[in-house]
Amino acid sequence: MPKQKTLKKVLVIGSGPIVIGQAAEFDYAGTQACLALKEEGIEVVLINNNPATVMTDESCADRVYFEPLTVESVEAILQKEQPDGILATLGGQTGLNLALDLHDKGILKRYNAELLGTPIESIKKGEDREEFRALMKELNEPVPESEIVTTSETAIQFANEVGYPIIVRPAYTLGGAGGGIASSEAELKQIIKGGLSLSPISQCLVEKSIAGFKEIEYEVMRDSNDTCITICNMENIDPVGIHTGDSIVVAPSQTLTDVEYQMLRTCSVKIIRALGIVGGCNIQFALDPHSKQYYLIEVNPRVSRSSALASKATGYPIAQMAAKVSIGYDLHELINPVTGHTYASFEPALDYVVVKFPRWPFDKFVHAERKLGTQMKATGEVMAIERNLEAGIQKAVRSLELKTNGLDLPSVTKKSDNELWHLVKNADDRRFFVLLELMRRGFSRQDLHKETGITEFFLQSFERLISFENQIKASNFDDIENESLLTYKKAGFADEWLATVWGVTTKDVRKKRIELNIKPSFKMVDTCAGEFTASTAYFYSSWSGEHDIIPQSGKKKILLLGSGPIRIGQGIEFDYCSVQGIQSLHRLGYEAIMMNNNPETVSTDYATADRLYFEPLTVEDVLNVIDLEQVEGVIVQLGGQTAISLVEGLEEAGVKLYGTNLDTIDQLEDRGRFYSFMNQVDVPHIPGVIAIDEKDALVNASNIGYPVLIRPSYVIGGQGMMLFQSEKEFVSYLEDKENVVSFPLLIDAYYPGIELEVDALTDGESVCIAGMFEHVERAGVHSGDSVAVTPPYTITDRVKELVLSYTEKIAKGMDFKGIFNIQFVLFKEQLYVIEINPRASRTVPILSKISNKSLISYTIQLLLGESLHSLGLTTKTLPEPNFYTVKAPVFSYQKLAGLDPILEAEMKSTGELMSMSDNLDEAFLKAFVWSEQAKPKFFTQKGSIYFDVAEEFLPEFASYQVQLKECGFTLVTEGFDEWVQSDEAIALISLPKLGTKDGTEKRQEALRQRCSVISELTTLDVMLRGLAVKEVDFLAIQDWWLKEKELIK
Amino acid sequence: MKGYVVLENGEVFEGTLHTDHKEVHGEIVFFTGMSGYQEVLSDPSFKGQMVVFTYPLIGNYGINEVDFESMNPQVNALLVSEVSNEGFHYEARSSLLTYCEKHSIPLLSGVDTRAIVKRIREQGDMRAIITTDPTNLSFDQYTPLGQQEVVPMVSSAKIETYGNGDHHIVMVDFGYKRSILDVLLKQGCKVTIVPYHSSFQVIESLQPDGVLYTNGPGNPKQLQGILPTIKEVAKAYPTMGICLGHQLLALAFGADTEKLTFGHRGANQPVIDLATNKVYITSQNHSYVVKENSLEGTDFEAKFININDRSVEGLIHKKYPVLTVQFHPEAHPGPSDSEQLFYTFIEMLRNKGREKVYA
Ligand SMILES: Nc1ncnc2c1ncn2[C@@H]1O[C@H](COP(=O)(O)OP(=O)(O)O)[C@@H](O)[C@H]1O
Ligand SMILES: Nc1ncnc2c1ncn2[C@@H]1O[C@H](COP(=O)(O)OP(=O)(O)O)[C@@H](O)[C@H]1O
Ligand SMILES: [Mg+2]
Ligand SMILES: [Mg+2]
Repeated sequence: MPKQKTLKKVLVIGSGPIVIGQAAEFDYAGTQACLALKEEGIEVVLINNNPATVMTDESCADRVYFEPLTVESVEAILQKEQPDGILATLGGQTGLNLALDLHDKGILKRYNAELLGTPIESIKKGEDREEFRALMKELNEPVPESEIVTTSETAIQFANEVGYPIIVRPAYTLGGAGGGIASSEAELKQIIKGGLSLSPISQCLVEKSIAGFKEIEYEVMRDSNDTCITICNMENIDPVGIHTGDSIVVAPSQTLTDVEYQMLRTCSVKIIRALGIVGGCNIQFALDPHSKQYYLIEVNPRVSRSSALASKATGYPIAQMAAKVSIGYDLHELINPVTGHTYASFEPALDYVVVKFPRWPFDKFVHAERKLGTQMKATGEVMAIERNLEAGIQKAVRSLELKTNGLDLPSVTKKSDNELWHLVKNADDRRFFVLLELMRRGFSRQDLHKETGITEFFLQSFERLISFENQIKASNFDDIENESLLTYKKAGFADEWLATVWGVTTKDVRKKRIELNIKPSFKMVDTCAGEFTASTAYFYSSWSGEHDIIPQSGKKKILLLGSGPIRIGQGIEFDYCSVQGIQSLHRLGYEAIMMNNNPETVSTDYATADRLYFEPLTVEDVLNVIDLEQVEGVIVQLGGQTAISLVEGLEEAGVKLYGTNLDTIDQLEDRGRFYSFMNQVDVPHIPGVIAIDEKDALVNASNIGYPVLIRPSYVIGGQGMMLFQSEKEFVSYLEDKENVVSFPLLIDAYYPGIELEVDALTDGESVCIAGMFEHVERAGVHSGDSVAVTPPYTITDRVKELVLSYTEKIAKGMDFKGIFNIQFVLFKEQLYVIEINPRASRTVPILSKISNKSLISYTIQLLLGESLHSLGLTTKTLPEPNFYTVKAPVFSYQKLAGLDPILEAEMKSTGELMSMSDNLDEAFLKAFVWSEQAKPKFFTQKGSIYFDVAEEFLPEFASYQVQLKECGFTLVTEGFDEWVQSDEAIALISLPKLGTKDGTEKRQEALRQRCSVISELTTLDVMLRGLAVKEVDFLAIQDWWLKEKELIK
Repeated sequence: MKGYVVLENGEVFEGTLHTDHKEVHGEIVFFTGMSGYQEVLSDPSFKGQMVVFTYPLIGNYGINEVDFESMNPQVNALLVSEVSNEGFHYEARSSLLTYCEKHSIPLLSGVDTRAIVKRIREQGDMRAIITTDPTNLSFDQYTPLGQQEVVPMVSSAKIETYGNGDHHIVMVDFGYKRSILDVLLKQGCKVTIVPYHSSFQVIESLQPDGVLYTNGPGNPKQLQGILPTIKEVAKAYPTMGICLGHQLLALAFGADTEKLTFGHRGANQPVIDLATNKVYITSQNHSYVVKENSLEGTDFEAKFININDRSVEGLIHKKYPVLTVQFHPEAHPGPSDSEQLFYTFIEMLRNKGREKVYA
């Protein structure tokens, strides 16, 4: 049945900023959906306040509202836009909850906006625990017995009825803290007591534990003709007990017989039919490894993280088909765009193995609770495709960009056997490397199976990797011949690791490999295991078998390197830049080739680039693609630090890099050279010096004068930065064994002034500043964790001119073309440079959208030799808009226990949001009240605010005390424990002595009780300005552009 | 030891041969299902064929005692990218490797299966020889599968009855898959299996309520001799045909069959019921297909067609209660979405009258 004729305009609800458990996959899904709707001639109105997304681009949506994802704003938009339908099932949990709120409040009916795709009742049956369990009973599909308890007694009574082991899952605790599995009443008593006290609503779910079962997921689709298909199934290597998002996952399942595969498939089809889903759905099973007994764990009645993974694993574009199906198309009518001549009502067949590996933030957050369990903690993930499991695992590990040496993680290899066994039983993010290390020490897969429940099939694969390692360590480079080297490459061992084992250089290994004619072949992901000729341009490398023919267009080719998995400090903004870069290369007549390994993003959608290589971003893998494609050159400016870190290896191999080189990068990242470069171009930099050892450090620190900021060189995200108020503190830090102090150490004077940031385009001669951000929080709070405003709202024109002249001087002095970012600090009327990033930064997407100019397209043209003049960029700065845009960080503290919610030099936010208004205070209000779930109590109710302010800040805080009282808040400074438990508790103002972290427990407890934690006075200031705003208006960015034009005319 | 597969077009692919065969001939076909290798190697429809598994890791869950589709292995050979040397599953009794060695099923691993699939896709099903010495081989001494009488090698020799339900179905056996028998018994039928060449009188003497023509190997046109009996039976009893059975019933009423360039073999083929617009994902394994334009004058009407290549996937007869399907509603391997077609057949038995019972 073709699409419903009545649909002219559809409102799509986005998923908002990235948080752990709801990340880039919804930009991928949202972009596919918007493009599918536009393809049908439907006008797309989008609400999504995540600025760094591709879907919020003009190519995807006709009108984009960067407004809060709240009922008020959606209602206002419904009133203004009068859409015929709303698509909310592609906006993750945020979109789904908003759809439920709009429905329950009768707003959908009032504006007769039809909810497209999966109906509300189905969403409720999938989402609401009770309705889901009732439906499963009706279908007599087994679910583990469970109950919500608020007292220990009811928990124990439940356990006696159902029998141990019991799993306890506290509601709303940080990172699922307080949960655990009890195998006896004694254990249950202890766990439930902790769980109830930790849960802010003192409530826990107790459930029959099926930990240790195989965890299997099915990605299913259904249309309104009741056609049901499963796109693929996935088997978690980590059994039930560790969240699917924190598990290493293989697609398709490896250890299910066909009978079991079909049993769970038939059940999935039965459930999606009973739920009446129209679109995509993810179904999670637990399968007993010793019988055919299975349980339903949960159903996600929407496109999810797993559907993005399934789309990339199979090549089947789920979100695109889900959107088409939601407007009335049937699957058997829709052409499969991958083959071009078969239809979408079929189930992909894979002729390769896919491995997904999660990427956690614990290499940065060393103190956070890294134990894995029922609550997801990974910030991102990588995917790898190969023809055998061993090579797939190796490719995934390479893609993670952890400091591994081949398959071993140095911090793990140092531990004792007992420590390793402890880490195996209490699994954390390092468990894969711990298992391998125990195998290296001779422990058998049977021992490891007993402790972890991991199916021996996967442990045997790990064992094979270890036996290959031993074979390689026993061999030497000179007598390596074709047969054995091919075997090692087929098992996934990188040239670099082989070189370290054989004591030769990577180049030697690569040269020998090419002499022996051992090169990777590249095969197509075609959804049909080669059965039909396919026209996709989606490839992976394998060391076995022949090439698939690579379609050639005869045009010049340029390779663009992506940014790998999402992590703290390097998020979806670099995917936006990569996709924009690919699109502009395409428009300029080049064959644009993309290389990336993040399954959640738009850049790894096979339809984005002319050709996609789903590969690790290491020098060897990039060179393999370059050898195959014979590209003109490689662009490294748009893939964040991942791409930048490949410059050295690529330059050494003689690859042409556009616009930048190793020397320029080293000049900026090596602090010593950076200082001399600043002096050379006569631009003031913060006084700083490099210390080679402890004695040197203490001498230099006192010369510069405390307070000082110290950090290791060559690091991103302010990692390992420490602030010392006095020499006493610095000495005690150096003496504390716990701290890993690596030299050389950078020591800077600490200038807590106003931090400014610019993104500038340059052709090597002149510059054009795309925009300038002024940070609300002073320097010392990482730029990524600060609220920032563009155009700047307090600094004078004198300072702006100074910024411009320094930017010009730097651009002239650097051997660099393209787009770069400079961070300044204005301290005591003096402007200093903090850091220069020779690449696109996280603010580029926002500036592109505000200015309605594609900065990345300019960048690409500059890289290819155009001048600013020829691009019509004749002014030194783009015109400042006549409205304000606020960029605010979003944190995932709920998911990561053990983190101190204080703003500091080390970055902790996982995402960001954007708000707009010509009234700055209104923009601040929208930046804080940014979604229905995340409405801080400070803005919605009166009550009491606790302040824990150090001596030095009391004078400055005095005026705020008055303002807070005027706003109707009462102020409290004693009795924290009962205050934090009371319903009165609104927010904690915690300003510890500079350079100390006093009051961590108070901040963490306040966060647990869902109060805001304010650790900067400037943040409080703008919150008060936002609170004062009475009425709020909601406008699309297109309306702001229009206002802009009217002004200029 | 080192082994080779030599395709009829002369190309040679190297691998490791795990059994001590010198030379094995067969028609080389590929199967795209990602699980179900035990069902495939024991499915009599594969007699005379070498099966290339497109999925690269085969043998992961070993061989168990419950998932066989017939009593012994049927395939001429298996070609895989990687074979697991152990079976990791609670039901596994041995690994696939030791099972093949014990039953001397030629197994060639380490082969570039995707390359072979591309050759078959472009040049059609062809013959191949697995050998330890690829030099001066000749295909002349082997008869192509299309001209071999393979059904006698797999059809049961004597009559056997199973179950004792209220509907008695006679199953004319061309190499039936055990799961067809299972699904009929599960529906409470009594089933009598008769050899493929049983006469009308033999079937009539068993007083069946319905007759089912099963799947089987080879070219349907090798069985011209029994077509008159099939027609006579189909006019007398509610009749169902699966795969080869479907093709024979079509031929019996005068339709024609032809060989696809390469067969449908996998667990994901989409089929649509033209009357209800319902789409089924089906399990398939066939090289031959009923030609749509040959249905004129046979009173057969296409009820199911393949969504991708529009080929005929099932027929209903306008005058007699005859329902045929090219795909495998009994699944194993593959999805059982279309299992309810057996309930439709049993409904037909209940309404003995000649009027058609399904939409
Ligand atoms: N009854 C149980 N026993 C043991 N582990 C469980 C149980 N239920 C869920 N889990 C584990 O917790 C994880 C998260 O549970 P799930 O219901 O999927 O929540 P979410 O909505 O966060 O995905 C699952 O992936 C599974 O590994
Ligand atoms: N000397 C300094 N004085 C005050 N704050 C600083 C100083 N150096 C860095 N910072 C703060 O630390 C943050 C991170 O430092 P930066 O050099 O940008 O490292 P990176 O961005 O690589 O993590 C900056 O955004 C700034 O707020
Ligand atoms: Mg889940
Ligand atoms: Mg920085």
